[in-house]
Order: sequence, then structure tokens, then C-alpha cells
Amino acid sequence: MSYVGIIITFVFINNFILTQFLGLCPFIGVSKNVESAVGMGFAVTFVTSLASLVTWMIQHFILVPLGLEFLQTISFILVIAALVQLVEMVIQKISPPLYKALGIYLPLITTNCAVLGIALIAVRSNYDPLESFVAGLAAGLGFLLAIFLMSNIREKLDGEWIPGPFRGVPIAFITAGLMALGFMAFDRALLNNLLG
Amino acid sequence: MIKEFTKGIIKENPIFVIMLGLCPTLGVSTQVINSLGMGAGVIFVLTGSNIFISLLKNFIPENVRIPAYVVVIASFVTIVQMVMQAAAPSLYDSLGVYVPLIVVNCIILGRAEAFANKNTVLASILDALGMGLGFTLSLLLVSLIREVLAAGTITLFPMGGFDGVIEVPGLVNAPVRIIGLASGALLVVGYLKALIDLKQKSPEKAGCHL
Repeated sequence: MSYVGIIITFVFINNFILTQFLGLCPFIGVSKNVESAVGMGFAVTFVTSLASLVTWMIQHFILVPLGLEFLQTISFILVIAALVQLVEMVIQKISPPLYKALGIYLPLITTNCAVLGIALIAVRSNYDPLESFVAGLAAGLGFLLAIFLMSNIREKLDGEWIPGPFRGVPIAFITAGLMALGFMAFDRALLNNLLG
Repeated sequence: MIKEFTKGIIKENPIFVIMLGLCPTLGVSTQVINSLGMGAGVIFVLTGSNIFISLLKNFIPENVRIPAYVVVIASFVTIVQMVMQAAAPSLYDSLGVYVPLIVVNCIILGRAEAFANKNTVLASILDALGMGLGFTLSLLLVSLIREVLAAGTITLFPMGGFDGVIEVPGLVNAPVRIIGLASGALLVVGYLKALIDLKQKSPEKAGCHL
């Protein structure tokens, strides 16, 4: 599949949150205001792009040659945890303002399903290293798009009257459900029409 | 002691009260059999990791406890993957990427951090079984609603002459397909959570990555 195809697939057609439900907890938890939602979105994008590239290397340079594919889950999650830690330290050293913006979200990303999810999906789809990287980037951008839209809607909802039991998490879920309904407009046919 | 077991089922239900482990809840709840498989996997991993972590609580240094917990959890998840692949390959295929993703299910890391590393082995086992059961029951509820409305069927294990599929008369021919799609999952969980909040106003509890 072409790189454009991969991007359209992971941003719109298989949007990680709205069709696959990966990374739903931060999506509900950190979408109360736009600023922190965007920070979280960029932090996730950064980590998914790197993680899908690094886990591709682990899979093809270490696990497959040594016949250790059954260690995939353990090695991927450890590599992701280490990577997140490393990214945190590097950003802190190189760019303190960026660290200030993303810092608090980085430790939370280790347990974000989206990161391990894209690593596993990229390996299962037999992507080459560059395709894996693009898939990771696109999955992160899809997350960013969804959480950005969601946080804008939730900021607007703050000024509205909502029946008691629906306040907070339930209305967030229902909003996400309606957004998912909108994203159903993007399907395989879109890809075929665009790329032939 | 019995309270450690029962608290996970309703009062501290992992999905509807603490709101943890939502990705698999929504992702696999299209068929009842998927949630039974997922629930069994989570109960096994949760019990195993709670036992190990409560045994090792005095040996794991404070600074590296999270990576250590993750290794224990990932080992049990690998066992589940291998057993499921061998014993129930079709279930393994339909659960797909959600089986390895049990590693990042926050219920498991959450219980390790909040309970198993400060309690005895017996209490940790009871806690794991209760939380696991609470997770499975919630998952079962969501998948029952979704499958009955979206397909008009209830899919269970095939046994003897029974092919494993119960059809609900009336709904088989006129299903509400939207409930089976991605947006249906979010809507069902949203309305269920509202229903539960109506009964008990739960304080906003932060999960491990909120």
C-alpha cells in the first residue's frame, strides 16, 4: 500500500479511537480542555511514530532471526516503556519548553493501548520499516485529530445544561459515539476512489 | 476477607465505576463468546500477576517497580496467548490484537499498584478474582446488549448437538445494526454508565493514565 494510503487508512478509515477503541482511556480522561488534549495528542504521535519503527527493528533484527517470536509481547512493552523514558530524558535536556508542554503526559503513554497496538498491527501487516514509521505517525495523527475534536466539543458542552446522570463520562462516551458515526463516512470506497 | 472478593463486582466495578480497561470492553464486545474468552484471559492474568507481585513485594525495589510489574504481567499474557492459540484458535483470531493488549489493560497494573504490593497473597487472590469477575460480568452485559440488538443472536461455545448460537425471535430478521458498529459500542457504554450513575453517584476516580 502507498504511504498516502497508509495515512488515510490510519487517520480516517481505521481511526484508532473511533473505530478500534485503542487509547480510549486518555481520550476520555485528558479531553476536558483543548490545550492539554493537544499536548497529549502530540506526545502520543511522537511516541507511536518512534515505537513502531523501533519495534519493527526488534521484530526483524532480533526476534525473527533468533526464533523468539513468542517473546513479542514482553519485548515490545519493555522497549516501549524504555523508549518513553528515553524520550522524556532527551526532551528534558534538549528542549525544556517542549518538556514543559508534553512532560506530564509522557509517563502515562507507556500504558496507552494505542502505542502497543500500532506496534503489533504494523508487524502483523508485514510493513517495511518506513511503512511502519508512517503507520505509527498516521495512527498518532488520527489520535490527535480525534482528541482535538473531542476536547473542543467538551469545552462547548461545559456551558450547556446536561441531565445529572449524564454529566462527565457518560456524555463524553455518547459524544464519541456520535463522532464515530460521522467517521463511518470514511471507508474503503474512499481509498479506492482517491487512489484507484 | 470476603469483602476483598465482593468489592470488585459492584462497589468498585473496574469498568463502570473505576472506568479502567475500556479498550477491550468496547473492542471485543460484538459477540458474547468473545467477552467470555476475554474475561477468562483477564481473570487468569490478574490472578497470576497479583499472586506473584504480592509474593515479591518485599524484593522489588521501589524505583523499578512498574517495569517489574509489567514483565510479570507480560509473561502471564504470553501464557494466555499460547494457550488460547492452541486450545481455541478461532477465538484467538476473533479477539485479534486485543489478546496481547491485555498487557496494557489498566485494571491489571492498577491492582498490582493499588492492592497486591501491600497485601497478603490470599487477599490479593480474592481481590484479583473479584475484580476479574466484575470485569467479565460488565463485559458480558455490554456484549449481550450489543449482540442481541445488533444481530439477534447469542453466540456461545458449540457443545454436542448445540451449534452454539441462540437466536432471539423477532430480532434476527430486524436487527439494529448500528449497535454492532463502533459507534454503537460507545453509545451503549455511555448510556449504561449514565444508568449506573443514576443509582450511585460515583466520585470521579482517576485511572492509572488519566
